Amino acid sequence: MGATALRNGPSPVPAPIDSIVEVRGISKTYGNVEALRGIDLDFPRGKLTSLLGPSGCGKTTLLKIIAGLIRADGGTVAINGKHVTAPGPERAFVFQDFALMPWATVMRNVAFGLELRGTNKAEREEIARRYIAEVGLAGFEDKYPHQLSGGMRQRVGLARALSVDADVLLLDEPFSAVDEQNRRKFQEDLIRLRTNQNKTFIFVTHSIEEAVYISDRIVLLSPRPGRVSQIIEPEIDRSGDPERIHRDRHYLDTVEEIWQGLKQYVE
Amino acid sequence: MAVSIRTDGEAGGLASPSTRSATGAPWDQPILLRLVSIALFAGIWEVAGRIPVSFAFPTFSDTIVAFVGLLADGSLATAYLSTLQPLVLGVVLSAFLGVGLGTICGLWRTGEWLVIPVFIVLQAAPVAAFIPMVTFVYGIGMTAKTLAVMILALPVIVLNTYKAVRNVNESLLVMCRSFLGTRWQTVAKIILPDASPVIFAGLRLGVAAGFVGVVLAELLITPTGIGDLITFHRSRADYAEMYATIASIIALSTLTLVFLQWVEVRVFRPESRGA
Repeated sequence: MGATALRNGPSPVPAPIDSIVEVRGISKTYGNVEALRGIDLDFPRGKLTSLLGPSGCGKTTLLKIIAGLIRADGGTVAINGKHVTAPGPERAFVFQDFALMPWATVMRNVAFGLELRGTNKAEREEIARRYIAEVGLAGFEDKYPHQLSGGMRQRVGLARALSVDADVLLLDEPFSAVDEQNRRKFQEDLIRLRTNQNKTFIFVTHSIEEAVYISDRIVLLSPRPGRVSQIIEPEIDRSGDPERIHRDRHYLDTVEEIWQGLKQYVE
Repeated sequence: MAVSIRTDGEAGGLASPSTRSATGAPWDQPILLRLVSIALFAGIWEVAGRIPVSFAFPTFSDTIVAFVGLLADGSLATAYLSTLQPLVLGVVLSAFLGVGLGTICGLWRTGEWLVIPVFIVLQAAPVAAFIPMVTFVYGIGMTAKTLAVMILALPVIVLNTYKAVRNVNESLLVMCRSFLGTRWQTVAKIILPDASPVIFAGLRLGVAAGFVGVVLAELLITPTGIGDLITFHRSRADYAEMYATIASIIALSTLTLVFLQWVEVRVFRPESRGA
């Protein structure tokens, strides 16, 4: 909200939405299964957008196409107005299975993106140390992934994505391999992180509650073929106690509304 | 605030690996267990030698005495000087060539089709049968013995490396690509470290096979070094000396493998050190 108000301030004409990621006519077919058909989407800068839908709606495929990890059969993806087909420094990915190197410490794992970019050791470790603290893992720098719980491992994955200072963070069901208590905690931390880090988040999830809880914008995808069925902007005040959101009237109504819409796709 | 409380709570789970070694019972001390195992073996050997099982079977104590004698008159040192040359050369060449070839085959389809079938056949073949052929082509010198070592050591190293590189963790490859890793960075920072446990298993088998190769070569091609020492003492019916020689090469082979494992854990997989 703040960003929009700021933009409207100086110019008298209502400014168009500032989208950092523009998806136009994306389609993808696996064999004879049509995973995505004609997806057009804009992702506003500085917001958290969720891709939500039942399994088989192609939400992870769409995220990986935006990441440049999968090639689309048709259509284009533009980041900051520039067409992309491969991974780039302005995007960073958080993996569902964490994808941590088991032979490397938390420190090296978090600094790995910078290591690949040729940043010198002292500098990259300083940056990594900052983000390790940011995700609540200070003191665990020298541990190996197998010494951490699932939730902590995903925090490492998040810190790694944050440390390369990308504009867009792509999260592929980051909490699906994390137990329920840690997931709740992690979601609260993500809300806090969003206000601190001025970044755009694109978040894939199959959990309606999770999407409504953390998102500025929810893109509902319908399956077979994957298409955009609805875009919802839950207006939930997240400034106060994150626990309160779960009891918020509007939160509960939005969850119910989305469930009614998705019900038809569930056998 | 809440974050730090939670992580501290989870840190309790980290203590488990260190508490395990602190338990008091002497049976939990691995070094003591190993010493007991060696003492037991020596005891049974001594008893079997005293029965005696065969007139050609010396006791453990006689063998130790013979071993000290061989060390003192320098014949063991001379023998190892000549055995170690083709052995070390063959094993080092096999290690580099094998890991290199295996990595290339794992990464590159055409290489796989050209090279892997040869090594599958070589691994299946009773390779000792090639040794007279090697002698026929390369004579009786250093080349023939080095080749004998390599014929035995190379296939298992190539095949293990190839399999390890081929089955590398897919999600780490995608991760490396998404963080803009180049092809070289992917090989050096992801593929080789991820493959290293299986590569090292191949190296250990390869080194053990190299020891077989060098002894075979010295028994079959030219009687030199350790092979000669074994043949010589057998012909003079110095069975204690013969057993001492054989035991020495077994011990050397074992120590080499232990050293290799130490290097692996130290250099390539530091995370398995505590576990």
